[in-house]
Amino acid sequence: MKVITANRLLNGDVVWLAENGSWVERIALAKVYDGKEAVAAALAEGLEAEKNQKVVGVYEMDVTVEDGVIVPVRLREKIRATGPTTHPELGKQAQAVSA
Amino acid sequence: MYRYDEFDASFVNQRTEQFKDQVRRRLAGELSEDEFKPLRLMNGLYLQLHAYMLRVAIPYGTLNGRQMRKLAHIARTYDQNYGHFTTRQNIQFNWPKLEDTPKILEELAEVEMHAIQTSGNCIRNVTADHFAGAAADEIADPRPYAEILRQWSSLHPEFSFLPRKFKIAITGAPNDRAAVQVHDIGLQLARNEEGEIGFVVFVGGGLGRTPMIGRKVRDFLPEEDLLAYSEAILRVYNRYGRRDNKYKARIKILVHETGLDELKADIEAEFEKIRFGVLRLPDEEVRRIEAYFAPPPLEVGNPTSAAVEARKATDAAFAQFVAHNLNPHRVPGYTSVTLSMKPIGGIPGDASDKQMDVIADLAEKYGHDEIRISHEQNVILPHVKLDDLPALFDHLVAAEIAEGNAGLITDIIACPGMDYCALATARSIPVAQRISERFGAAERQAEIGELKIKISGCINACGHHHVGHIGILGLEKKGEEFYQVTLGGSANENASIGEIVGRGFSSEEVVDAIEKLVDTYLGLRTGKEETFLEAYRRVGEDPFKEALYGAA
Repeated sequence: MKVITANRLLNGDVVWLAENGSWVERIALAKVYDGKEAVAAALAEGLEAEKNQKVVGVYEMDVTVEDGVIVPVRLREKIRATGPTTHPELGKQAQAVSA
Repeated sequence: MYRYDEFDASFVNQRTEQFKDQVRRRLAGELSEDEFKPLRLMNGLYLQLHAYMLRVAIPYGTLNGRQMRKLAHIARTYDQNYGHFTTRQNIQFNWPKLEDTPKILEELAEVEMHAIQTSGNCIRNVTADHFAGAAADEIADPRPYAEILRQWSSLHPEFSFLPRKFKIAITGAPNDRAAVQVHDIGLQLARNEEGEIGFVVFVGGGLGRTPMIGRKVRDFLPEEDLLAYSEAILRVYNRYGRRDNKYKARIKILVHETGLDELKADIEAEFEKIRFGVLRLPDEEVRRIEAYFAPPPLEVGNPTSAAVEARKATDAAFAQFVAHNLNPHRVPGYTSVTLSMKPIGGIPGDASDKQMDVIADLAEKYGHDEIRISHEQNVILPHVKLDDLPALFDHLVAAEIAEGNAGLITDIIACPGMDYCALATARSIPVAQRISERFGAAERQAEIGELKIKISGCINACGHHHVGHIGILGLEKKGEEFYQVTLGGSANENASIGEIVGRGFSSEEVVDAIEKLVDTYLGLRTGKEETFLEAYRRVGEDPFKEALYGAA
């Protein structure tokens, strides 16, 4: 299973592709793609957004879904989804959990 | 210190305007990311894991209070209230927004700072001994030459698209504190028999995935030939350096593949063509630049201070600080003070905006308004009166930058690692923090003595692990962080590349492994005066290997 991720062009925030082509700042809200074709189509959608100056550095990444929760497979992506482990007061881990 | 003239000021302002327009065009869709990326990199702007990162140049690690205060202001206004001092004497801000960067560069230009050539395949910020202009063992201040090299290399049209990045370091003392032998060009100031100043020249040192110690190409390069000879080296590299494989593109690979003698002959041939041309350094120009680095007026005083001795007798933390964080000054009565950016359990090289403000104040009050950043990620006040140490120390304690650990086991170099860096394969900072906590007790650190631990979070070796007495390299193995340990590296005048001691360790195991190495050293050293590195060089790796992995 995969999600599509990038950074927002303007401020560098980590974002994931969600429904309706929107980019969300929480991985929990990302859209999960399964199967080669679905992932390729989503990646193409992401690259289109890069051309339109919305995001930069689009790529696909592996996730698992555990009890409905999207979990990145690689540590690098876990850290991107939360923030520096050395600064719990910074990054997404420090933002309101309501989203 | 060096002051911009009209040319410098208009040059930096033009560059800021140019970048402002490039950002505007990027946001308007006139530039694609592929087109924009090399432009932003040439202005020090990276995209990392969580955000953009701006690397600001601190030429040869020298700045004043006003500049430090500006860095604090930028941290506070455009970032998350801190900055990170790097192993190339620069500062990185980890959270700037793209739209804010032109404004940040404008603010930097107000205090004669910029981010030019802190990235990209060009000649990077020239680094120098952090005790330059102050150290008792110095032949001459290396910074005028670093400044001359900076002016020559800034936007040098011929060298703006080199095969790969190019790093120059220079030291003015026989005790090399600038790690010159692990740079693309390393320069060591020397005097010939006539008493004239010149340089021992090393070429082709470097770390990364293929670590190499620089090879000596000149025993004595006369001062007047500095630029012509540097230009000759760069020309040979630019012409013959590999461009087919970025991992083989540094000059060290060229030296290795071509052979020293042939490459030296190429350099000398190129040098002969240009040595009497426009790059020959006029004596009056060197002296003019030198005048900018004229030392502050320092009154010769007593080599010992009653105030310091009295405080030492009653304050163990102060005594520890004095024992480790002072470097002998060429003027009796003065000392160079290392402010430790390595609090126990803290993040190596991080400084809060408040700490930066305090450092600026203290430099103005006690240090003739001079500040240095070391490649070991600490801050130095190079000219402090011994009698002022007790008062200075009190301020440092309040600002939490008073750890008396310079050169000790908790004075760890660590790259940002996977907590920030898009290239990293493992985290570095948390390992540094855990080692620092394990060995943090003052008596224990002092007992262990000089021991340099350096940690990189990937093979690119920004944390200089190859030249750590103990080096730690973070890798990824089956999705887990995994740490390889090297022993016996050194970046001083007797430089050496550390050797891998055996199989690596998990994140949970690695601190215990370091402790075993340290305990092994303590058990076999001939006495307290034999450092870890000396002991390792005497006995070899076997006892350490056995401690880690058991008898073979």
